[in-house]
Amino acid sequence: MSALLEVRALTRSFRRGGREVAALDDVSLDLARGQTLALVGPSGSGKSTLARIVMRLIEPDRGTIRFDGVDLLAARGEMLRLLRPRFQMVFQEPLAAFNPRASVARVLDDPLRIHGLADSAARPAAIAALLERVGLEQNLAGRRIHEISGGQRQRVAIARAIATRPALLVLDEAVSALDVTVRADILTLLRDLQRNENLAYLFISHDRAVVSAFADRIAIMDRGRIVETGAAAAVVAAPQSATGKALVDAMPRLVLGNAAT
Amino acid sequence: MTPRLIIRDLSVRYAGSETAALDGISLDLAAGERLAVIGESGSGKSTLALAIAGLLPGSALVAGRIEWPGLGRPPVAGADIGFVFQDPGASLDPVMPVGAQIAEVIRAHRPLGRAAANATAVDLIARVQLPEPGQIALAYPHQLSGGQRQRIAIAAAIAAGPKLLIADEPTSALDTIVQAEIVALIDRLVQADGMSLIFISHDIALASGIADRIAVFRRGRLVELGERDQIIGQPRDAYTRALLDASMPATPQSAGAPA
Amino acid sequence: MSFAARFLRTGEGATGAVILFALAVLALAAPALFPHDPLSIAGPALLPPFQDWSLPLGTDRLGRDVLAGIVHGARTSLAVALAAAATAIAVGTIVGTLAGFLGGLADEVLMRVTDAFQTVPGFLLALAFVSVVGPSLGVVVIAIALSAWTGPARIARAEVLSIRERDYVASARVIGMRPLEIAFREIMPNALPPVLAQSAIIVAVAILTEAALSFLGLGDPNRVTWGGMIAEGRTVLRSAPSLSIFPGIALVLAVLGVYLAGEGAVEAAATKRRHA
Repeated sequence: MSALLEVRALTRSFRRGGREVAALDDVSLDLARGQTLALVGPSGSGKSTLARIVMRLIEPDRGTIRFDGVDLLAARGEMLRLLRPRFQMVFQEPLAAFNPRASVARVLDDPLRIHGLADSAARPAAIAALLERVGLEQNLAGRRIHEISGGQRQRVAIARAIATRPALLVLDEAVSALDVTVRADILTLLRDLQRNENLAYLFISHDRAVVSAFADRIAIMDRGRIVETGAAAAVVAAPQSATGKALVDAMPRLVLGNAAT
Repeated sequence: MTPRLIIRDLSVRYAGSETAALDGISLDLAAGERLAVIGESGSGKSTLALAIAGLLPGSALVAGRIEWPGLGRPPVAGADIGFVFQDPGASLDPVMPVGAQIAEVIRAHRPLGRAAANATAVDLIARVQLPEPGQIALAYPHQLSGGQRQRIAIAAAIAAGPKLLIADEPTSALDTIVQAEIVALIDRLVQADGMSLIFISHDIALASGIADRIAVFRRGRLVELGERDQIIGQPRDAYTRALLDASMPATPQSAGAPA
Repeated sequence: MSFAARFLRTGEGATGAVILFALAVLALAAPALFPHDPLSIAGPALLPPFQDWSLPLGTDRLGRDVLAGIVHGARTSLAVALAAAATAIAVGTIVGTLAGFLGGLADEVLMRVTDAFQTVPGFLLALAFVSVVGPSLGVVVIAIALSAWTGPARIARAEVLSIRERDYVASARVIGMRPLEIAFREIMPNALPPVLAQSAIIVAVAILTEAALSFLGLGDPNRVTWGGMIAEGRTVLRSAPSLSIFPGIALVLAVLGVYLAGEGAVEAAATKRRHA
């Protein structure tokens, strides 16, 4: 069976200060159904650009993307809108990812309404079901986004993303802005959802817990190229590339004994 | 040996807030000691930093004592306390070259002429391991990367030779590799100059590499305080244990990783 | 503390609110307080003020009640100013939002149109428009709005350009929201606050522009206006200055009230941010 997501030779440059900067240079990767691929790399490596191209928020200069057998880059307008339910995104900063004036119910209602997943009578029940699936209490539906905690906000973001029952979720540093203890809870939730819904995750993160314990595979990026890929455990234990080594070394580890750094 | 800083029963409440940002905090800081203050959002760790540095808003209600035994007078920001903020750009003036900004700090606290201050600024830029310090001194903040800006901020913070450096989440806005470099830099500078360090972070793993002692804060209270090895190896408080658990991967993957 | 409470706590806000409230009450109550047509003759001509308490501010050259004129004139001034400001803000916001959101050619075209309207001095544009079309209340409203809409358009466009890049807009695109819905439901409401912050100035300028048009005889001839009264008083300025001074004071008070209320609103909004 072919991979859920096949990216081939993706290239994109930006004009920055009069020069052409290659944000992505001939990037290829695969993601199988129900698997997690962590995308790691220093800032400027192109991870976010790759995520946004996959989400069809920006266009690449060259390259192809096959998603669930469909040529994703060829889809436009109405055809793209019809595909949207199958691939969704969770952003880094929960507070910035929603209209600051919105209520939780409104945020969850949007995808249901836009794709006709429930008529207006059935929607409150659908929203209640979504809240339950992400472990939130029902009374949160009436609250506004800025009134709830960071962890709750990110749960709402996840609920909204899975409302259309996607096969692929792109998570752009989705736990980085959260407190450490909250982070672990969200990762547990994500793991449960993955198991129950056979979700594939493209997870941009620099968090050690995500990279070494959550991901199945890792792709390491540096300056627009993928410099190393492999099974997560193997890459973290013995990185081959210079970037990989630098990243693994830099990941904060609990230090005991001699503090010599 | 007399501690450099004594805090007794410090409580802070911001105007218009019902809850205390800090509640009855007591701790000492020895000369040359590196203290990591760990806490999640709302723990009060930043409030502690602001209180020590005298940067709380005038409307904040403060109770308790902060004493500086060796100083004999209230501390002067810059000369006695250096402060590094989370956002590297926040403390830098966007319309002034960075070398000039460091020189400004120097001249505010030391009797040096303009030329001598500029030369010292270039030396400091070299000390924070930026290549071609002479060129960097002429650059504007927006021309530097986040990591470079933070190095400049550190240089400005130590420019007047303070005996205490407070770093409030200095690496949170930077990417992983740069984070480690900045922490190493701060550690090196602090040890070379005999400064005391208060390193504030939400990341106990990151701070463990630079701490002699660790103080864990939660909702304005000091939950646990102890030597680094004790806190990491044998935490006494359930919250500390929760923080440690969250910092470690759920299933230990890498054979090479300690703890 | 609510916005209203903070607003009233500032000196400017409280004073502005008092003035505007008084003016609004007078304007609304005008038909009750002075049921007769203010343009009708009420007494002897050129009666000085404070002599006859049934005509407290005296009468003008034709014997019309000055106080009645001022109170009825308040209706005209406030109605025209508010209508013009609302029109300008609505049109400007829509144009600015479309320009910022659509980008490309549409943006260029809309902005050049905005430039065109902005280069002509507002008052001259209003003057020209009323002269050509003919004076009436509706025409005066449009005339004032003709130049006032460009400010809100620019502000709205600038806000939209920055909002467009924010994650919650990307999030709306990702779930498949249609572009027009994104523009008007997600972006425009968040672009409004800076535009509304300008509304006090727009209203104040509208009051003055209307008065100036009326002063030049280009206001609605069937209504009493402060500008018209000031113009009428010009011919007897030395012998009966009160005929121009009283409507002039009314004008100053109205503009001051709007301005102070605007300052109070800005202050109240700023204080909220400080405490948040």
